[in-house]
Amino acid sequence: MAARGTTRRIPEKDSTIACVQCDGLAVMKMVKHCHEESTSNMDVAQGALLGLVVDDCLEITNCFPFPKQQDESMDEDEYQLAMMRRLRRVNVDHFHVGWYQSADVGNFLSLPLLESQYHYQTSIEESVVVIYDTQKSSRGFLSLKAYRLTPQAIEMYKDGEFTPEALLKLKVGYENLFVEVPVTIKNSALTNIMMSELAELIPEEEGSKFLDLGTASVLEGQLRCLMDRVDELNQEAIKFNRYQQLVSRQQQDKHRYLQKRAQENASRVAKDEPPLPEEDITKLFRPHPVPPRLQPMLTAGQINTYSQHISQFCSQSLAKLFITQALQNAKEQNSSP
Amino acid sequence: MALNLVVKVHPVVLFQIVDAFERRNADTHRVIGTLLGSQDKGVIEVTNCFCVPHKEHNDQVEAELSYASDVYDLNRRVNSSENIVGWWATGNEVTNHSSVIHEYYSRECNSPVHVTLDTSLQGARMGLKAYVSVNFGVPNGKQGCMFTPINVEVSCYDPEVFGLQLCQKTISSSRPRTVNPMLDFSQVEEAGGKMGVLLDQVLAYVEDVLANRVTPDNAVGRSLLDLVNSVPHMNNEQFSEMFNSNIKDLLMVISLSQLLKTQLQLNEKLTLLTSV
Repeated sequence: MAARGTTRRIPEKDSTIACVQCDGLAVMKMVKHCHEESTSNMDVAQGALLGLVVDDCLEITNCFPFPKQQDESMDEDEYQLAMMRRLRRVNVDHFHVGWYQSADVGNFLSLPLLESQYHYQTSIEESVVVIYDTQKSSRGFLSLKAYRLTPQAIEMYKDGEFTPEALLKLKVGYENLFVEVPVTIKNSALTNIMMSELAELIPEEEGSKFLDLGTASVLEGQLRCLMDRVDELNQEAIKFNRYQQLVSRQQQDKHRYLQKRAQENASRVAKDEPPLPEEDITKLFRPHPVPPRLQPMLTAGQINTYSQHISQFCSQSLAKLFITQALQNAKEQNSSP
Repeated sequence: MALNLVVKVHPVVLFQIVDAFERRNADTHRVIGTLLGSQDKGVIEVTNCFCVPHKEHNDQVEAELSYASDVYDLNRRVNSSENIVGWWATGNEVTNHSSVIHEYYSRECNSPVHVTLDTSLQGARMGLKAYVSVNFGVPNGKQGCMFTPINVEVSCYDPEVFGLQLCQKTISSSRPRTVNPMLDFSQVEEAGGKMGVLLDQVLAYVEDVLANRVTPDNAVGRSLLDLVNSVPHMNNEQFSEMFNSNIKDLLMVISLSQLLKTQLQLNEKLTLLTSV
């Protein structure tokens, strides 16, 4: 840990992690855990990441899953501590560098996630959250993405108020809540040897799902989730509009009241009567509470991710269709002499 | 004890064993640990494992059994369907110490399996072997046990195969290289290229058979026939119809999602500009 002490800088405002390097072992363990959880029940699978920080790269060397229910004898912290102590006995890096979560169709942006990542990043400067997309990976594209909160997002969460003015001041929008950190996978030489052995033992036909042409079912699911989110965002927008209308109406009422007051006062002064006492405006017209903008922002970010995924999926399906067209054309050319 | 047992090992287990071996203490040559999984009608599926610290002296073995049961309990809280099915060791031979350890494990579970992964790379291969212990000897006389090899296979869940394929890309160069999870496009491209290579191989084989350079094999011929027949027969109109309708659907979805994105960005800019 001495090496880590010398390379640790005073936390700067820009993100201190430029890339994430994952060991093959951690990748396989995450895949296994998330896959098992998704087949047994639809809860998200969560776990902790262990590793080291080397310069500006976060190395993840191991991981372990979290138990789902917390109603057992040991609570979550105890479980974590016990696990890390045991792993330290076998010389595994026991520095807790982040956590991972599985997500169906990549819908991970939610308030609990924001909260947890905020707590992680404030206690451990370099932590990341790794999201594993179960649906995409079962279709054949292993999808592991690492995210960190931006400094602005941390500021915003610390303040705890999500009014439009606060967000405007911090310039936080749904686009700069999280920043994605590129992930690379590294394996040691011995692991490479083991994998070449494995390659012989695994039958060749598996893993040929890339060229699957059936797109309807996947698209349906994704579009349905997208529609749900858009509905949510719509509701939030309606709420905000209603609030704005109320406020503008209130302003008008205030204005009219003040004018009436001024008129009355002027008429009284003309009649040599004492002016009416000034009343506290705010007591008459109580200001409406501003609806918090956090939820709509999260929903908007979610929709953004969905649309990105959908476009990626569609463009990839287009590519597959064009391949089949080329084959069909070749077949036509050959069969028509 | 049925000796037609088959052990199915998941790749995670092997990764874990190699990692534990790399992280061993400087004075130990061998690492052991527990295998977790499930057993069903002669097939033992090993889905997880963990390392147990131990020391080997000339005539005795010390293993931290309390550690082993602790970690097993912790693991059960996450995955309650995984039971102890045996134990693993690195190295390429079964030693005297192994029988002692095996006896302990036979107390934990019914007919434990012993798996060895040859990290010392004997014969330039990392051999994966599995054994069960069979009692033999003369009744009422001296009894001993023998480790009999049984078949071991590798089985994976689907996503594990894809993860493995991605990790395997680090093999190809002389120094350990790193690889990024790839974009969709490049993966489709690669899969297309792979299929092209396979088709070339098949074509070359057929040419050879036709030119009488290679003796034809009936089984291969039958599977080739299946292959050709499984391509759906579509004439040009049907194909272009299907093609066009699919393309239209996809393009519509793409334009809708881009529209959404633009609208969101606009909305964001507007709310940031105006203040209540």
